[in-house]
Amino acid sequence: MSLAAATAAAARATTAAAESHGFLSPTGVEIAFLLVGLVTFGAAIVTVTTKQLVHAALWLVVTLGGLAVEYLLLTAEFIAWVQVLIYVGSVVVLLLFGLMLTKAPIGRSPDADSGNRWAALTVAVAAAAALVWVVVDAFRTTWVDLDGAAAGSTEVTGASLFQSWVLPFEALSVLLLAALVGAIVLSRKAVADKATPALPTPGPPSGTLPPSRTAVDTTASGEQPPAKEGTR
Amino acid sequence: MHLAYPAVLSALLFCTGLYGVLARRNAILVLMSVELMLNAVNLNLVAFDVWLSRAARDTLHSGQALTLFTIAIAAAEIGIGLAIVLAVYRGRGTADIDKLRDSAEPHGPDEATVTADEKAEATA
Repeated sequence: MSLAAATAAAARATTAAAESHGFLSPTGVEIAFLLVGLVTFGAAIVTVTTKQLVHAALWLVVTLGGLAVEYLLLTAEFIAWVQVLIYVGSVVVLLLFGLMLTKAPIGRSPDADSGNRWAALTVAVAAAAALVWVVVDAFRTTWVDLDGAAAGSTEVTGASLFQSWVLPFEALSVLLLAALVGAIVLSRKAVADKATPALPTPGPPSGTLPPSRTAVDTTASGEQPPAKEGTR
Repeated sequence: MHLAYPAVLSALLFCTGLYGVLARRNAILVLMSVELMLNAVNLNLVAFDVWLSRAARDTLHSGQALTLFTIAIAAAEIGIGLAIVLAVYRGRGTADIDKLRDSAEPHGPDEATVTADEKAEATA
């Protein structure tokens, strides 16, 4: 109803605005967006094709940084800084830690790509062609007005986040807590298995341990000998 | 700015990530490609949110809120994914996806008999 009317009005307004901006007369923002986009896309291509695993993570930094610049050009400042903080700051560091902990080779590794890379290339090129064709055909005349106040300043984003999106925000904090606990559980499992046989199991435990902990320890030590016999 | 520029860039980045997910062999490189795909979706969301906030007077900013949620979920995903990759590496000694074929169906009768023999040896 009102949404449809607003959408129709928006469509009329954007068509009227786009008529004054030709398709092949780019503005300065568009040229900057295009150049940064080329750098971003090239870095993404190198990320997925390079044979050196650590270099892939470093080219991913260029890609994510370029995307942060694109967010700034789209006047979404808060998203841009969140992108720099979380992706460039923590996700790439985590990926580098993962590469180091799995003893990834430092130099060129010839088996970085699997045998089905030509099928993957076919799928990716076909998907890119279809998506670009559809997107260009649909939004050829749509004009984004970037003048005026920023659409994504911290004030605007914070107001919308804490007025309209409080419940998903809180649910997301619960999800992050669950992910934290899950990562700790997944990482600790082998350590606990390794540490259990080394414990001096005979003798009553001192009273400082909670009863549930001692129960887990006794059951684990009780299961240990049959498992060893089974493997031998 | 024409909306086609960010939309085309996002489509190209998504397909780059798609190629990486399909063609890479190391599990951590696959995770990197997944991050590329998520970032392409984020760029799309931000571009359309900026367009709608101006053109349709949208004050809800659902695109930017969803982008923040996607970034947080991607951070959780990369943490859990790396924990799983490290657990697999600790147990198998490799992070190579092509070698982790325990849940794959056997291709021919030879492989099936080999696995059956291995099972018989393991139980004996």
